Amino acid sequence: MRDLDATVACPGCDLIQRIPPLPTGGTAHCPRCGDGLATRLGNTLERTLALSIAAAILLVIANTAPVMGLSAAGVQASTTLSGAAEELWRQGRELGAVVVVFCSIIAPVAYVSFMLTLLLSLRRNPAPSWIGAVMRAMSAMAPWSMDEVVMLAILVALIKIAALANTTPGIGMYALGALVVVLAAIKVTFDPREVWRKVPWTA
Amino acid sequence: MIVSCPTCQLLSRVPSGSEVAHCPRCAARLMARGHYSLQRTWALVIASAICYIPANTLPVLTTSTLRSSQSDTVLAGILYLYTSGSWPLALIVLIASVMIPVGKLVSLGYLLLSVQRGSVHASRERTRMFRLVEKIGRWSMLDIFVIAFVVALVQLPPLMTAQPGPGVPFFAAVVILTMIAAFTFDPRLIWDQLHAQQQAHG
Repeated sequence: MRDLDATVACPGCDLIQRIPPLPTGGTAHCPRCGDGLATRLGNTLERTLALSIAAAILLVIANTAPVMGLSAAGVQASTTLSGAAEELWRQGRELGAVVVVFCSIIAPVAYVSFMLTLLLSLRRNPAPSWIGAVMRAMSAMAPWSMDEVVMLAILVALIKIAALANTTPGIGMYALGALVVVLAAIKVTFDPREVWRKVPWTA
Repeated sequence: MIVSCPTCQLLSRVPSGSEVAHCPRCAARLMARGHYSLQRTWALVIASAICYIPANTLPVLTTSTLRSSQSDTVLAGILYLYTSGSWPLALIVLIASVMIPVGKLVSLGYLLLSVQRGSVHASRERTRMFRLVEKIGRWSMLDIFVIAFVVALVQLPPLMTAQPGPGVPFFAAVVILTMIAAFTFDPRLIWDQLHAQQQAHG
């Protein structure tokens, strides 16, 4: 069973190969196409769980607090993530609004929720059979969760508007900045092979 | 035939000719190669290339102040950033909004053609190229978010207002379609010709 786990077909080129025993922190690459095959992190699922809880808290702040504000001629204004999408919708750019809501709010929230569901359900022994479905839903959300792009966009917008008025970063922006770091840490510490080791199966 | 599970990488023996097989460990649908991978990727690449034209010719942002009103396309917005003195910012937006989408379309087109011609050259480099395309595509959404924040914040009539232009949905469509195009492309196709040749030569 261990042996079977070590034999994989490369996702980049389908070359069947055996992953050698890796030192902690070591990564195996396909010798033919160079794709990363596996990284051994030791038992880091607990760490990923802690990070996911932190991410959930940061998500709440990033989605409710204003991300940036502006003041000009005594008038003040600020916007949240959903406020930005709302204004696009109101001005007739519905597709743009849907994309902004999906990539900045729905996908990150879904990704973190699926990750929490996955990691919490793994504490049950044996792991529930629907884990594969949660894993697929999570992988489907991952590329659309664009917090780091949103973060850069806020910085660009701050500088762009600075030509017209005084701009100030909001609490939501700092939460988003922290979230970007935590999400990156989740991606680094999460080892799917540790998940599959806990799932019993029969051919 | 041995097939690798797309979710958990478990290798399963799938009887050839069977229509639908599922992974015994995670229940994912098992497929040797992505279904109609080339056709789907081509369709998405062509659709996004078509959307790319209005995305760049239609204005994406109109800013009005007491004195003037100005409509900018994506390129004009970059030029504005450059002339207003923030060239690093202009460079970031240029990379995200112009170089990445164009680079993606050209790269995917090249990968599709090379697979269809049965090329066996530089397969490793082509796989790396595909992984890069897959990874960086999301960054071209940058301008859409920038426009959303500018429009949401700059709403102080009559002093100044900002409106999203008709190019916005097209630009968003280009980013979405090229991202999906990268997901539908199966990089293992790059290696199939080489495999077939090796089999033929024993």
